[in-house]
Amino acid sequence: MIDLDDLDRALLRALAADASQSAGALGRNLGLSQPATWRRIRRLEQAGILAGRRLDLDKTRLGFGVTVFLGIKLAARGRTSLEDFERAISAIPEVQAVHHVLGRFDYRVRVVARDLADFERVLRRRVMTLPSVGDIESNVVLSEEIRPGPLRAATGSVD
Amino acid sequence: MQIDDMDRRLLRYYQADPALSAAALAETAGLTRAACWRRLEKLRAAGVIRGVRAVIDWGKLGYAVEVSLRVAVDKTQPGAFDAVVARAREIPEVIEIQTFLGRVDLRLSVRARDMAHYQQIYHDRILTLPHLADIEGLMRVATIKDDESLPL
Repeated sequence: MIDLDDLDRALLRALAADASQSAGALGRNLGLSQPATWRRIRRLEQAGILAGRRLDLDKTRLGFGVTVFLGIKLAARGRTSLEDFERAISAIPEVQAVHHVLGRFDYRVRVVARDLADFERVLRRRVMTLPSVGDIESNVVLSEEIRPGPLRAATGSVD
Repeated sequence: MQIDDMDRRLLRYYQADPALSAAALAETAGLTRAACWRRLEKLRAAGVIRGVRAVIDWGKLGYAVEVSLRVAVDKTQPGAFDAVVARAREIPEVIEIQTFLGRVDLRLSVRARDMAHYQQIYHDRILTLPHLADIEGLMRVATIKDDESLPL
């Protein structure tokens, strides 16, 4: 693991907000030269900390009005059923994320749909028909906020 | 704004690889560079494209533990929701906050360096949140899919 200083953390915060900024523009805001900024970005990429880019789309404007988090408990156990389930659920286009978890459920799944009727179709026809599915709990997202995470300056300030 | 099939196609390719250059994106979508640029500008101006964000791998940053905390809020208290969300925002290790309609009122995604660190955050910052009625954690073991792409 590499050591990060406050400038690296500021750079990560800036890129998480807008990854289309040039090294020159980022550097100017942070008081770094363009080559120095570029070297830091390269280093963060090589360490795998900067793990690519994501297009941030307004899903409502594209007609996806509903996001639902599912908690899924599997009925059948065993390694093959896990792998089959993971493959099948990941192949559903409306499924945006699948995490294997420990706790009340076995999987945490994020689903996007046009509206509640569309969500019901995905749930009934695609998710509930998967072989090893047991209990499912659905929670409809009302609001969502992505936070900057633990990237605040370590020196001279308190978290 | 009206979004046509070509816009959707363009967004599909762009979403699949946001690092594509403008020229490569135009070529993949079968558009001239000028036409591609005009469409992207229109989608940006209409707020359909909000931006391109860097993805941070928190595990590689040393935050190996991720717990999804499912919280039920004591809704008999006026302003309870806003109060608990405001306090949760002050916790740096909380990287996502969702509110729900369902069995769960609130979800906090917490990142910690290790189990000892998680235990400390849970004890000092989470259990001291106001108006908690119930709290339950799901600890992430593996991520199977996480592209959050839209089925355009």
